[in-house]
Amino acid sequence: MSVVLNGAEIARALKRISHEILERNHGSSDLILLGIPTRGVAIAEQIASDISGIENSEIECGTLDITMYRDDLRLKPPRNLFPTRIPASGIDGKNVVLVDDVLYSGRTIRAALDALNEIGRPRTVQLAVLIDRGHRELPIRADYVGKNIPTSKNENVKVHISSVDGIDEVTIESDLK
Amino acid sequence: MNTWQIKNLFDVHGKETELNVEAGLFVDQFSQDAQPQTIDARGLTVIPGLVDLHTHLREPGREDAETVLTGAQAAVAGGYTAISAMPNTLPVADTAGVVEQVYRLGKLHQLCDVYPIGAVTVGQKGEQLAELTAMNQSEAKVRIFSDDGHCVADPLVMRRALEYVKLFDGVIAQHAQDPRLTENAQMNEGEVSSKLGLKGWPAVAEEAIIARDILLTEHVGSRLHVCHLTTAGGVELIRDAKKKGLNVTAEVTPHHLLLTDELAGSFDPVYKVNPPLRTNKDVAALRAGLADGTIDIVATDHAPHPQESKDCEWSAAAFGMLGLETAFSICYMTMVKNELMSLSELVDRMALRPAQIARYENQGEIRTGNRANFALVDLNSSWTVEPEQLKSKSKNTPFAGMELPAVIEKTFHNGALVFDRRG
Amino acid sequence: MKNLLSIDDLTKAEAIEILDTAVTLSNLSETGVKKFPTLRGRTVVNLFFEDSTRTRISFEAAAKRLSADVINFSAKGSSLSKGESLKDTAMTLQAMGADAVIIRHNSSGAAHRLASQKWIDGAVINAGDGTREHPTQALLDAFTIRRNLKNDQGDLKGLKVGIVGDILHSRVARSNVLLLSKLGAEVVLIAPPTLLPVGVDSWGTSVSYSFDEVIGDCDAVMMLRVQKERMEDLFFPTEREYSRAFGLTKDRIAMMKESAIVMHPGPMNRGLEISADSAESNKSVIVEQVANGVSVRMAVLYLLIGGATTRDLETHLGENK
Ligand SMILES: [Zn+2]
Repeated sequence: MSVVLNGAEIARALKRISHEILERNHGSSDLILLGIPTRGVAIAEQIASDISGIENSEIECGTLDITMYRDDLRLKPPRNLFPTRIPASGIDGKNVVLVDDVLYSGRTIRAALDALNEIGRPRTVQLAVLIDRGHRELPIRADYVGKNIPTSKNENVKVHISSVDGIDEVTIESDLK
Repeated sequence: MNTWQIKNLFDVHGKETELNVEAGLFVDQFSQDAQPQTIDARGLTVIPGLVDLHTHLREPGREDAETVLTGAQAAVAGGYTAISAMPNTLPVADTAGVVEQVYRLGKLHQLCDVYPIGAVTVGQKGEQLAELTAMNQSEAKVRIFSDDGHCVADPLVMRRALEYVKLFDGVIAQHAQDPRLTENAQMNEGEVSSKLGLKGWPAVAEEAIIARDILLTEHVGSRLHVCHLTTAGGVELIRDAKKKGLNVTAEVTPHHLLLTDELAGSFDPVYKVNPPLRTNKDVAALRAGLADGTIDIVATDHAPHPQESKDCEWSAAAFGMLGLETAFSICYMTMVKNELMSLSELVDRMALRPAQIARYENQGEIRTGNRANFALVDLNSSWTVEPEQLKSKSKNTPFAGMELPAVIEKTFHNGALVFDRRG
Repeated sequence: MKNLLSIDDLTKAEAIEILDTAVTLSNLSETGVKKFPTLRGRTVVNLFFEDSTRTRISFEAAAKRLSADVINFSAKGSSLSKGESLKDTAMTLQAMGADAVIIRHNSSGAAHRLASQKWIDGAVINAGDGTREHPTQALLDAFTIRRNLKNDQGDLKGLKVGIVGDILHSRVARSNVLLLSKLGAEVVLIAPPTLLPVGVDSWGTSVSYSFDEVIGDCDAVMMLRVQKERMEDLFFPTEREYSRAFGLTKDRIAMMKESAIVMHPGPMNRGLEISADSAESNKSVIVEQVANGVSVRMAVLYLLIGGATTRDLETHLGENK
């Protein structure tokens, strides 16, 4: 197991993403961050707090559970649902930034787009991820990436976030069974 | 013909013995020109052929469930040499014609004695007495009358029936069940029924009828036999009646000596029976009652049903379970293995006492000069109940898969080998 | 969890998982999300041997919101009403590849029978069997109590629930007693002795013959439907006498705690077990129960057939071989 990002590096990466989001969207108005449970939520909250620090105003942040939209539900016993929290003003006409920890096959993001579709019609949907490890199975790419980590398929990228795991770091380990 | 010399046997007391049968009769010594076939029965125990006073043979009318032939085959496989066919057939055995038909079928098959029980009332409707004397004086010589399946609920009808059978030393075998207290009842009323949401069949519905019938029997000085006792309270009532010296006898089924209402929790209708399985407390009282002689006999209430009558939801299913082929093993296990009574006492309750109550001749004991009705049983061996292996035409045994002690190896009726497990 | 036949089949944790899942689904539907693709391609059969439009519609709505294909099979009144029909019907459904069978039957234990006989390999959900159980009703009742009195959180410890009326014939009561006790609530059964089963003392609840004495202690009062035919079977002398002693009236509502709620599984006999004004009082959550029923049934369907089922795993294994 090796650590590929430590706490300070994660913080720096998220801060950079925050700046990029603001730059690309010309400020924080009409901007909504939606974290995908579980770790995407904590990451989205960190980005929201960074943006607020930069802009000196609150930014709307919610969560989007995509479990019910997964295409691999029937391969495993039923998974627990997580709450979906959409800011009261809704997503119609907004710039929605989906936030997740790792971008891999792209299937989670496909499910998230389906879920969003049921909730409303944003002006744009963008994607921010802490790690992009490649191996896409769908035509999906991230707009904001904390770090690109080339991996092989039998490696495991794990994002640890202090609010969930007690520590901020990203590790990589080979799946040697 | 039917001449046997059976060696190396144990009797019911465990003593070594030998059995001689000549021309179908028990003999002390063979006559000079006798040519007995010899059987070395090493390890086996000889018991008198068992006698059942409560058998449902379904013929005529429901030959899809059982016939006199298949019922008799099941009987001899269970060590029985006399069975008593309950009258709830189609048509009901309430005339000399029907009882003679059943009797003759039994004779024809020559497997065991088949004695018809006559209905007390016309069509078992509980209203009008059937022609009891005609049935008694028929070839079938019916002496036991019962509306089994139904209770003779009307007190006046019951009184008259009890009085009337005194004409010929008959006995009324009552299925004690107050109909109003058991409308649409599905199982024993109590804790388990309260949780399962199945309509209860309260013990009091049985006990109220037993109490009333005992009083009527005392009043008119007749003879009462109480079918399939199931409750601790019922045992008490019989015990008191006997103390008073009344001519009241009672039976218990093997299933009520072992199974309880908890089994209904499976919702498997194989456990649906009337009267229903009761509680542990009742089972203990029934065992004690049988052991101390309050309950005179074991009777099977063998009640075959075709698969479709049980392969359904509980409330739609028929009441009843098979009994003939498992009765001896179940009783041996619950009573003798548990040291509640000796083998000789059990055999007394399953052979001699029922023969005495019914006045069946040549049954229930091994006595020189009698027709040779007996069975050879291996008490040290065991068997597993497999429904498909049973001789009965139906397969509704609640004991499927159970390993039971005591294997009936051979059964002889009138000296003829009518059942041989090995052949 | 393969089937939902009885509340007894659930651990406390599983029961709470169902309620929590239902909370998530219910909140989503308040966000405006009415439909999920989750059960696309799954076949759900409503097998109703007994009329119950409201339960059937509730299950149907739940299944459709999850995008399942729904087949309604009403066996009542057809030649299939007794005996082997249950088996035959099950075989038919099996051949159609039903992933879940929701069964309502007038015989206690019918759902168990369907599930235990291997007539069918889909999930079996008991939607009411005779006078035995109605587990999804109990779950929606617990959901409603928890939403109103426990802010959608945890178990029901510290609450007292009165169940009033025809306990003897009520599957709703049986399931509720099991579930409420499992979730830590205290249950008091309030009924005339004729409408309490012999053996009720083994249920682990308290029993009261006096509604007035206990109503003030209850956090929730669950009124049961009383069928008028019970009168003919001598369970009570007259409707008037019944409602005087055990009906919920305005006067009795006034005796209830400030925060207490009034529930009824429906359909109501207004004027018998519940007066019209009680049913519509501000303590009544009867309409809410109906909406909660859909969320709870969605949760049950999701947890039973949303993930891999036994059959999926078997097919999968088969493919690997
Ligand atoms: Zn009987």
